[in-house]
Amino acid sequence: MNTSVEFLAWVRGPAFDVALIIFLLGVLIRLFEVLMLGRKPDYSEARGDTLIPGLKTVLTRTLPESGSLKRSPFTVIGGYIWHIGFLICLLLFIPHIEMLNATLGVSWPGLPNHIVDAISAVTIVTLIIMLVDRLIHPVKRFLSDTEDYLVWVATFLPMLTGYLAFHRMIDPYPLVLGLHILSVEFLMIVFPFTKLMHAITFLIARWFNGAIAGRRGVQS
Amino acid sequence: MSGATLDRGLNTFREQMDAPTASFFSSCVNCGMCAEACLFYTETVDPKYTPINKLEPMRRVWEQEYTLWGRLKAALGLTKPVTDELLEEWETLIYDACTLCGRCSMVCPVGNDISYMIRKARESFVAAGYAPEGMKAASRRAVTIGSPMGVKYPALAAQIKHIEADTGLTIPVDVEGADYMALLSSMEIMNFPEYIEALARIFNQAGVTWTIASEAFEATNSGIQIGSSDIARELVSRVVNAAEKLKVKNVISPECGHAYFAVRWEGPNLIGRPYQFKVVHILELLEELRASGRIKTEGMDDTRLTFHDPCQIVRKGGVLEPPRNLLKQVASNFVDMADAREMNWCCGGGGGVSANERADELRIKVFARKKSQLDELNVDTLVTACANCRLILEEGLEEYHVELPVVGLTEMLAEHLVEDK
Ligand code: SF4
Ligand code: SF4
Repeated sequence: MNTSVEFLAWVRGPAFDVALIIFLLGVLIRLFEVLMLGRKPDYSEARGDTLIPGLKTVLTRTLPESGSLKRSPFTVIGGYIWHIGFLICLLLFIPHIEMLNATLGVSWPGLPNHIVDAISAVTIVTLIIMLVDRLIHPVKRFLSDTEDYLVWVATFLPMLTGYLAFHRMIDPYPLVLGLHILSVEFLMIVFPFTKLMHAITFLIARWFNGAIAGRRGVQS
Repeated sequence: MSGATLDRGLNTFREQMDAPTASFFSSCVNCGMCAEACLFYTETVDPKYTPINKLEPMRRVWEQEYTLWGRLKAALGLTKPVTDELLEEWETLIYDACTLCGRCSMVCPVGNDISYMIRKARESFVAAGYAPEGMKAASRRAVTIGSPMGVKYPALAAQIKHIEADTGLTIPVDVEGADYMALLSSMEIMNFPEYIEALARIFNQAGVTWTIASEAFEATNSGIQIGSSDIARELVSRVVNAAEKLKVKNVISPECGHAYFAVRWEGPNLIGRPYQFKVVHILELLEELRASGRIKTEGMDDTRLTFHDPCQIVRKGGVLEPPRNLLKQVASNFVDMADAREMNWCCGGGGGVSANERADELRIKVFARKKSQLDELNVDTLVTACANCRLILEEGLEEYHVELPVVGLTEMLAEHLVEDK
C-alpha cells in the first residue's frame, strides 16, 4: 500500500511537472517551427478575401464533404465517435473538472458519472475497432508506420486506465489512479513530437487551405 | 534541367518549404480519406496512389530537417534518407499519377492542401533530374520554339488567314493600345481553330477592341506543369513583355485551364511583381459581355447536355458560375453531373499528364471515373471549356466506345450569335 501511495505522489508531483513542461515547451517549439517558415508574397491579383474563407474552412472541414462520407463512412463516423467521446471524458468528467478547479481555479458543469462511464466504454471499443481498421484497410495499412501505432497507444492508454480506475478494477486504488495519470503524462510528452500535434496544427492547416482557395474565389 | 543532381533536388525541397507545407505535414493523421478523392486511387484501388503518399520524399525532408524530433532521429540514424532511388520510384507517382486537379485538397479533414504541395514537390524532382521525357521535350519546345507542341507564328498566321477569308472579319495582330490581348493554346491553333473564329465573331459583335501578339500568343506553360520555375518564368515573361509593349489593359486567358492558372495565379509570382494589366479568363469576359447585354444570341439548343468543369478554371481558378450562366443562354436542357463545380472529377489529362506518353495507359484507365459520371446522366452532348480537357475527353470516350460529341463552350456560344445585318 505504501509504495502505491508513494507512486501516486510521484506521478502527481514531479512527474507531472516534467510532463507539463515538456508538453508546453514542445508545443511552442513545434508551432514556432511551422510558423517561422512563413510564406512567399503573392503578387497575383486576389479575387477574394483570405481571412474569412480561411476561418470558414476551419469550421466547415469539421463536417465531411458528402462524397467522403459515402466513400469512407467508417473512417468518418468512427473518427467522430472517438474524438467526441475522448473530449467528453477529458472535459466533462466531474473528477477531472474538480482537479482543474483545484489547480487552476476554473470550473464548468460536467456530466453525471454513469453517462461519462457509458461514453468511455463506447470510446474504448471504437478505438479498438479503429485500430483493427487501420490494420486491415488497404490504404490505412499502407500509409501507417510505427508512429501511427504509437500515437494510438498513447491515446488509448489514458482511456483504458481511466476506465479501470473508475471501476476500481485494479488494486490498490492509488496504483491504478497513478497509472492513469502516468498514461496521461505519456500522452503529454509524446504529443509535441508526433502527429498528435494535429490536434493544434489542424487549425493552421485548415486556415491556410481556406485562405489559399479563398484568394482565388473558391470556398474550400 | 542540365546539371540536375540529388543535391539540387534536396535544396529545392528546402526552398519550397513554407508554413502551409509544414502545417500540412504536421497535421496528417494518415486517415486515408484523400485516397477516395483521387481518381488515380478510385479507379486502380492501388494504395500507392493515395495523394499524401505522393509526397513521401518531401515529407521526409520536412521531418528530418524542419522538426526537432526528426533532426534527433536523423542524427541517430533512425530515419529513411531521400535518395536517387526514392525519387526515381516516386517520379511516376508525382507526374504520371497526379493531374494537380486539387480534389484531394477539398476533402482532407485536417485541411491539407495536398495539390499545393505536389506542385512544389515537382520543382525538386526536375532539379534532381527526375521528370518524364515527354514533359521535358514539351518544355524544351516551349522555350526554343515558343510552344509546347512546336507551333510557330506562321502556323497561326495561316489559320488567321483562313478564318479571315471565311468570315470576312479582320483578326487584329500586334495592335497597340487594344483593350484585350488574347492568348491561345497550341491545341486550339492546331486542333480547334474554331475557337479563334468564335472570338473574332463575338468580339466583333460586342465591339471589343482586341489583338493577338505575334511574339506571345501561346498561353500554356509547360514550365509550371513540369515544375521548373526557371522555364515557367521565361515563358510567362514573354506574355508580360508583349502585353506591356502593346500597352493592352487586359490579357485574356484562353479556355485551357492550366494556361489560365499559369498566367493568372502563378505568373506574377514567377516574375516577382504584379502585372500592369489584368488577366481575365475568356469565360469571365464572355459572362461580363452577356450580363451587360453586349452579346446577343438567338435560338436554343434543346439537346440534353452537361458541362465538364475544368479543374484549373473552376475548382482551382474560381470561375464557377460564368460557364453555367453562359450555357443557359443558349441551351435549354442543361444538366449538371453529380459532383459538379468545385468537386468535379478531373478528365485525367491535366497537370502535364497528357504530354507524358508514358502515362497514357494509366490515364485511359482512370478515365473510367469520368465515364461513369457521364453514364449516370445519359446526355447527348458534353460541353467543356478547355482545349486539353476536350482532347482528353474525346480520346477517352473513343477508347471506351462511347459516342458523345464534345463541344467547346466559346464556340457553342458563337454559333448562336445573332448575325449582324
Ligand atoms: S486525408 Fe489528409 S489527414 Fe488523411 S491521409 Fe490524406 S492528407 Fe493525411
Ligand atoms: S491533385 Fe488530383 S490527381 Fe493529384 S493527388 Fe490530388 S486528387 Fe489526385
